[in-house]
Amino acid sequence: MITRRSFLQSSAAAAAFAASAGSARADNAPGVTDAEIKIGQTMPYSGPASAYGVIGRTEAAYFKMINEQGGINGRKINLISLDDAYSPPKTVEQVRRLVEEEQVAFLFQTLGTPPNAAIRQYCNDNKVPQLFVATGAAMFSDPQHFPWTMGYNPNYQTEAHIYGKHILATKPDAKIAVLYQNDGFGKDYLIGLKDALGADHAGMVVKEASYETSEPTVDSQVVTLQGSGADVFLIAATPKFAAQAIRKSFDIGWTGLRIVSTVSNSITSVLKPAGLEKSKGLIDAYYGKDPNDPRWKNDPGMKEWTAFVAKYMSPTELNDANATYGFGAAATMVQVLKQCGADLSRENIMKQAANLKDLELPLLLPGMKINTSPTNFSPIRQMQLATFNGENWELFGDLLTG
Amino acid sequence: MAEFLHQLASGLALGGVYAIMALALVMIYQATHLINFAQGEMAMFSTYFAWKLIDSGQPYWLAFFATVVASFIGGAVIERLVVRPFANAPVLASVIVFIGLSLIFNSLAGWLYGYSVTSFDTPFTGRPWFGSGYMSAHESGAVLVTFCVLALVYVFFRFTPLGLAMRAAAQNPVSSRLVGIRVGWMLAIGWGLAAAIGSIAGMMAAPIVYLDPNMMGGILLYAFAGALLGGIDNPFGAVFGGFAVGVLGNLIGAYVVGAEVKLSVALAIIIAVLVWRPSGLFGRRLVARV
Amino acid sequence: MADADGALRALAALALGVFALAFPFFASGYHIYQGAQVLIYAVALLGLNLLTGFNGQISLGHGAFFAIGGYGTAILMAKLGVPYWAAIPVASVVCFVAGFLFGFPALRFGGLYLALATFALAVATPQILSYKGFDAFTGGSQGLSLVKLRAPFGLKLNADQWLYLLCLACGAALYWAARNLVRGRIGRALIAIRDQPIAAEAMGVDAALYKTTCFGVSALYAGVAGGLSAVAVGFVSPESFELPLSFAFLVGIVVGGLASLGGVIFGALFIEFVPNLADQLTVNFGESAKALPGAIYGVLLILVMFLMPTGAAGAARAAAGAVARRLRSRRGAKIQDGGSAASAAAKYGGKGEAT
Repeated sequence: MITRRSFLQSSAAAAAFAASAGSARADNAPGVTDAEIKIGQTMPYSGPASAYGVIGRTEAAYFKMINEQGGINGRKINLISLDDAYSPPKTVEQVRRLVEEEQVAFLFQTLGTPPNAAIRQYCNDNKVPQLFVATGAAMFSDPQHFPWTMGYNPNYQTEAHIYGKHILATKPDAKIAVLYQNDGFGKDYLIGLKDALGADHAGMVVKEASYETSEPTVDSQVVTLQGSGADVFLIAATPKFAAQAIRKSFDIGWTGLRIVSTVSNSITSVLKPAGLEKSKGLIDAYYGKDPNDPRWKNDPGMKEWTAFVAKYMSPTELNDANATYGFGAAATMVQVLKQCGADLSRENIMKQAANLKDLELPLLLPGMKINTSPTNFSPIRQMQLATFNGENWELFGDLLTG
Repeated sequence: MAEFLHQLASGLALGGVYAIMALALVMIYQATHLINFAQGEMAMFSTYFAWKLIDSGQPYWLAFFATVVASFIGGAVIERLVVRPFANAPVLASVIVFIGLSLIFNSLAGWLYGYSVTSFDTPFTGRPWFGSGYMSAHESGAVLVTFCVLALVYVFFRFTPLGLAMRAAAQNPVSSRLVGIRVGWMLAIGWGLAAAIGSIAGMMAAPIVYLDPNMMGGILLYAFAGALLGGIDNPFGAVFGGFAVGVLGNLIGAYVVGAEVKLSVALAIIIAVLVWRPSGLFGRRLVARV
Repeated sequence: MADADGALRALAALALGVFALAFPFFASGYHIYQGAQVLIYAVALLGLNLLTGFNGQISLGHGAFFAIGGYGTAILMAKLGVPYWAAIPVASVVCFVAGFLFGFPALRFGGLYLALATFALAVATPQILSYKGFDAFTGGSQGLSLVKLRAPFGLKLNADQWLYLLCLACGAALYWAARNLVRGRIGRALIAIRDQPIAAEAMGVDAALYKTTCFGVSALYAGVAGGLSAVAVGFVSPESFELPLSFAFLVGIVVGGLASLGGVIFGALFIEFVPNLADQLTVNFGESAKALPGAIYGVLLILVMFLMPTGAAGAARAAAGAVARRLRSRRGAKIQDGGSAASAAAKYGGKGEAT
């Protein structure tokens, strides 16, 4: 017969057992103490990709802000960000230092496709979460083969897919020319575009031209592409080269639809140098609010950003698209850590990263939500098309999901 | 046909920048018989100096000339402080020093000015000069500047006593000292002039390729190819070489091998020139007597 | 007292050898990995030193041969399933051929022009590696991933230890080979070609053959290093072989000491650890100063050239010479002038000493 006492005794025993089992399971990750959580990161602070270094700086500043507000569940975040100069051998070395010497809990926003490709196997072999890698390469959202690696950016292929669909819908007999950077980033666009067009429309792509980042300009490629008679121009290029392509295509009188990659949509870094007049009519897929856009002036998310910059960054970084990107990534990370609660083991960190439900961030477009699941390692999948009117980007259409 | 003309035109435009840079290399070579691997980074740094001046409100031409003068002084100072101590050391020591200098300038620029792409003003604004879209106003202006600099350099070396003294100092320092030429100062002035010319190259390049700390890397290589092709001791040759490399690069890239291997084209040009005609198309042939 | 010098040197070498062998058994995985990197750099520097230090041909492009070794090994392993112990030698032979072939046009240019041509080679290398036409082999910009090393014969070593010992074995063997090369007839021919090319030719030394072969051998060494590096990192992509790598090699041999085989270890240590050191220093300058390590590196380079023109090996020799002199003078023996003359000669052209 179950008496109340035996019931209480057994439930107490069960609770104690559950608690002890829970705490035995929640062996916190290395780098996690009662006072802090150590996070590791590699960023190109020197060398040709160093324009992205501002991402690391923004994230460090964001974590500083969180620490000043009391940290997460009483723990401060300690971000150790090392320079890898975008060189994969250096990345491997720095990551080993972070994981084995500094004993970080996990890696956050390691930047670049080759660097991340170089460390992916190591992280998965050693079960170190490689979270929110700062690259849109599709290969990093592969939970089946690499369960410890998770992407963050909207996938470049997804983005190109959206462009392809848009072209099919609005200009079904267009002739498309593509300028792409000769690396994973540029090639992903080509793959995504062709994928959207499908086999029966494959002939729409009449000319492709690639460039290397060590070249001074892409003017020659733009001329070649125009010579193909195309009337749609996809510019899968990084800021400097996108600006050159936008300017040159205007200068040689190419009147067609121009689509530019989302990494190069910054008004200050790309469109102003190219010439605002020359950038009119550009189309781009958006997933974040542009600080230059007057429509967000009174938006609470934008106000949060402005206040943050005023206190923690330098004024030139207010309009830097890389900085707003870092702001969002850091906020996502904080959400994951909050969700972890008391269990800061690597398993649980990974589990919570794959368990983001309808997370809204201040600088994401209204209605956009971040979602992850054990089978979906692409946090940001929605984008919205926008066109540049000479002053700012005008969103049109609906939120699209790739 | 139109496409061909466009390729030609943009090749000439960029070739003008290569040509000015090649002139700077020729200047250093004429003065010191050294090839300065740091010339590109110094030019980039000068361009940032100009940018800072313009950004703080100075009119363009004032900033331009201030930068040229400042670069001259800077170049001369570097020569006296950093390069002179290695005058008698093996060539390799100088090469290392140049590498060190290029690293320093690159990092300093990154630290002081950041790595984001910046636009740089051009004095040649408005409609394209020849009415068509082949060359923008700035590109035409840059080519014009190239010829102006070439003329100045030619006149300097050929018709001025200082130019003559510099050439003498490089060719035969011992005899030059005997006739009273201050060889040390000649070297410093040579570096100063090269730095000044380099700064002009940078300021002409920046509106086309946009200003960032890594803007001169590729340009330097093409300038080397141009200087070698034309003859490293001949200003006219260097300018011709610069334009040739610009045009050839574009044409070969567009019609033969694909534009993404243009740097390999430059490499091929360098090796071909060095194997078949080391003195370049217009340089003086050097014969070593055994 | 040559005996004392020789004995001292042998003792130092023995101590170093014992330390190097014992190292993987008491150091942590990360440090062992760094040790392996140092050995890999040392092998590449040995090759470059043969070419530039002993034979006087300046190469700013050894990163290209390193890349050929690395990619060759990776392609053989990843695409053709060749095991690493066969892939690395095959790739290095390919490098030898490439270097030998490059040596032919290089005969025509001397000094600075060769530096220029090799500089162009280094700049063009990543472009060539990313060339679309080779994508099927090179994996294009995605690069190639390699499987981790495993100790053979069931030896109880983890991957890091095995890698380190492999690099140590290769390094020791290649050092021994280089030392014999340099001390023998071929070495004398190389040095003669460097210092007095016309006299050497007049004496019947076939300069063309020696110079091109030297280029080939030097490329082979770089290829071995590249292959080992590919296996160590487990990944190759065009970004792994950019211009700074070639610069680093040149810096390494100059800092270590031109024409000093023993000095390459100093050079390798310098290029492996000083960038990290520069990184640490910038912590004081604030976040934006993350770009400064390059400047600090450049300043250090110039300082080293000022203060130690004969490199670390030369400085060590000078120091050892000073110590030896003091010891001798204490014994009352005649002060030998050999030390100062040797260092003066080394400063102005480096008589090759295979220490």
